[in-house]
Amino acid sequence: MSAKPFAHPYIPNSAPAVKEQMLKEIGLGSIEEIFADIPQELRLKEKMNIPPALTEYELERHVNQLMNKNITTKEYISFLGAGCWPHFIPAVCDEINSRAEFLTAYAGEPYEDKGRFQALFEYQSLVAELVDMDVVNVPTFDWAQAASTALRMAARITKRTELLLPKNIHPDKLLIIRNYTSPDLTLTLVDFTEDTGAIDLADLQAKLGPNTAAVYFENPSFLGSLETNGQLIADLAHAAGALCVVGVDPSSLGVMEAPANYGADIVCGDLQPLGVHMHYGGGQSGFIATHDDPTFVMEYPSRLFGIAPTEVEGEYGFGDVAYDRTSFAKREKGKESVGTQTALWGITAGVYLATMGPDGMEELGQGIMQRSQYAAKQLASLPGVELKFSGPFFKEFVIDFSQTGKTVKEINAALLSRGIFGGVDLTAHDPQLEQCALFCVTEVHSKEEIDALVTALASIV
Amino acid sequence: MKTSEGTIGKMKRIPRDHKVRRFHQAKWDEPVIFELSQPGERGVEVPRVEQEIVASVGDGVSQLPDSLRRKKRPNLPQISQFRVIRHYSRLSQEVLGADFNVEIGQGTCTMKYSPKINERFARSPKMAELHPLQDESTVQGMLEITYKLDLFLREVSGMDKFSFQPGSGTQALLTQASIVRKYHESRGEGELRNEFLTTHFSHPSQAATAAVKGFKIIYVPADENGYPDLEALKGLVSERTAAFAVANPEDTGIYNSRIKEFTDVVHAAGGLCCYDQANANGLLGITRALEAGFDMCFFNLHKTFSIPHACGGPATGAIGVTEKLEEFLPGPLVDFDGERYYYKRELKNSIGKVRSFYGVPPAVLRAYAWIRALGAEGLEEAAKIACLNNNYLYHKILQIRGASAPYIKGRRLEQVRYSWQKLTEDTGVTTYDVQRRMADFAHHYWTSHHPYIVPEPFTLEPTESYSKAELDEYIAALTHISQEAYENPEIVQTAPHNSTGHRVIESVLDDPEQWAITWRAYLKKTAKE
Repeated sequence: MSAKPFAHPYIPNSAPAVKEQMLKEIGLGSIEEIFADIPQELRLKEKMNIPPALTEYELERHVNQLMNKNITTKEYISFLGAGCWPHFIPAVCDEINSRAEFLTAYAGEPYEDKGRFQALFEYQSLVAELVDMDVVNVPTFDWAQAASTALRMAARITKRTELLLPKNIHPDKLLIIRNYTSPDLTLTLVDFTEDTGAIDLADLQAKLGPNTAAVYFENPSFLGSLETNGQLIADLAHAAGALCVVGVDPSSLGVMEAPANYGADIVCGDLQPLGVHMHYGGGQSGFIATHDDPTFVMEYPSRLFGIAPTEVEGEYGFGDVAYDRTSFAKREKGKESVGTQTALWGITAGVYLATMGPDGMEELGQGIMQRSQYAAKQLASLPGVELKFSGPFFKEFVIDFSQTGKTVKEINAALLSRGIFGGVDLTAHDPQLEQCALFCVTEVHSKEEIDALVTALASIV
Repeated sequence: MKTSEGTIGKMKRIPRDHKVRRFHQAKWDEPVIFELSQPGERGVEVPRVEQEIVASVGDGVSQLPDSLRRKKRPNLPQISQFRVIRHYSRLSQEVLGADFNVEIGQGTCTMKYSPKINERFARSPKMAELHPLQDESTVQGMLEITYKLDLFLREVSGMDKFSFQPGSGTQALLTQASIVRKYHESRGEGELRNEFLTTHFSHPSQAATAAVKGFKIIYVPADENGYPDLEALKGLVSERTAAFAVANPEDTGIYNSRIKEFTDVVHAAGGLCCYDQANANGLLGITRALEAGFDMCFFNLHKTFSIPHACGGPATGAIGVTEKLEEFLPGPLVDFDGERYYYKRELKNSIGKVRSFYGVPPAVLRAYAWIRALGAEGLEEAAKIACLNNNYLYHKILQIRGASAPYIKGRRLEQVRYSWQKLTEDTGVTTYDVQRRMADFAHHYWTSHHPYIVPEPFTLEPTESYSKAELDEYIAALTHISQEAYENPEIVQTAPHNSTGHRVIESVLDDPEQWAITWRAYLKKTAKE
């Protein structure tokens, strides 16, 4: 670089002596000769308007100064959920996912990268125990992508084009699914019942038809409510020749039945609750699971790591199962597409489940239910404040503030000034949810924090 | 001097003149995690519920109807915390990352240095403990960094607006295809324009994502010099052309000088031009998407912009568009009113969303920090040295017996696709054999995307991050293996010998009766009759 006689710390061969030597060894007069194929009219003439380089110390001060403007959920009490949730993360999870080997590896072979294959095979195997199915994928971007792909898989398997989704699905998830499944597949929304938030079976029955590829529902739903008619929905779907696709929150599966055991053919969900920080939405990771039926396995676009023997007896080896079905092998003739997604979060989820064990997952689920029920009960005791849906819920629940005369926007602003992030405002999502908010309560919320919320709201409404 | 056997006299300089590393990777022969289970062991205790809460609501799970109550506990292993640490730490030692080996063999992946200072930023609670739906006033630092990165990438590319929502290059390709479809639909030509043109050297995801969006894929063939054929393109465009998508340079490292003629042809036919800039590392400050005639482009923040690859994500494909396409971007977008950073949510013709929330903000943070550590001059220097390193490697690899690089001679930009065709013809040793033998010297290379247009391929991309001495080490290893192929092919064909294990018997992985994607499936399928 022009001003300094030494190399930038990130660019060793910019040291002048080495640069000269290399040019000489390959018979180039200057680096400019390498760019001879780029026409002059395409060459950038002016300098990019990017500030001059900072040294590492200056960079640290600068970035910290910016990021210190953020207020985190460790500083304020947060009841925000809606697809990204606060959970207790055992220290081992960050220890393993910050190891440089896992952090800086990419697409090596099952020899120099055997540990990567094994760690992902183990994550697949551990999630398999939660969902009680024999096939789990190397994870995709998030729950919405997992659902989108699961629905396309169903369309390919049934050779039909209509998808039924619940009306109370997260609006952003619907946007993602809609973009991914168009133009060839159609989406039809099924009503939810006024009192429980669960699927309206009559509406479902009316909308099932000979072109239905799949019925999709979530347990818990976006609004936290539990679907107690899962088997019935699956039976209705199957009777119509459609598949049943269920989305789950894996943090519930220590206490809740696996959807495979009430008729689900394809299960999907988000791994973020399993040991991954929220990262402002950057911790999402989507898994897909099915039974070990080749008809289903051959429809996965994802990589699927399998265990295999090696030439040496007694040695474990790993590799890609049915690689030829992927776009890596067959381009547009493969299934959808595959590439970089969220492998490190898959490894993390495996570490989390190995650390938690079956007792940990059971206690986790129970503790979440106890705390969220306590919070709902305390909030509903405030004047004008109501629990919107009857029926069981997991981790999240909807509070109706419409009788208080205050908007959720006003309430949340008042909570913010008291150091609390209130529930997600659902007003814009659906006319049935005006002045309602979605509260998330997990194992990270202490009684003290829940009581602080209730006390604050008591003075606001 | 004494040894355990007696004295040897004065210590001599220990000879270190061997040409290739005498490497052996850690080989732990580690069991699968389930085999470590011991009933009664616990890895961690869950936060305890206060007595008053229990008194108030009881056991909580009674609220579950019987049909939803878990009947059979998940069969997760029970392992103490220290043992979990040892297990996964051992597995990590059986992984080579760019922090360990001279990772210049992963062509198109741009395995450059991911600065450690940026990891500190990414792991800070000020990044990790933010919820995406917090009030905008509480995340002004994050929003400012996002907005500024947008401005920087506009400088690099000439585009008018960036979104960081796509979680990878593949998802950015899907976003491009979605925008193409929405654009033509908005002009009443959605049904008419259903043909998507690309090249055989493009990433498989290019065609695959366009196919997901319902397009018919048409390939523009390459000429004998490795360039896409302009005359062929002219014959392939029509009123049915939706878009032409291409990387330049392509994975061969060859830069198409006539790219502007290509984009002009497509525009004249009413199509859009999409730029896959996975191969941008040799172009920073040198040339831009705008002048080449592209309507949109994307960058892999985990390639050109130094985010660590993390075994395959999380990552980001930052997509940039010209002003006329802004309304189609997935939302929300970050904007600035002079005082506050905020989300712009009303986007007239947005394709909706491709990923939850805003993408992967830690990737945005790291990319911002990397650019600030280099400045405009540093970005340009990185591109220049990446190209110098590549041409140095190219010059030297072509001197290795059995190696060649098809298409134009003389120079490449930042990567090269080579071929072992001559080596294979002479010795029977294939590129897969050489690839496995490389592991014995702590090296790796990637072959190519499918189909293998270049036979027996290997694609190398040194980036700007490795010293000349390290490039020389890599060259020496390849030279050594080439020599082995001619003199002692069996040692190459039976490799690896110094790795984490031996050759995997892959046939089981394609047989539905035998494949085992999970431990439970493996136990079932291999149970004694």
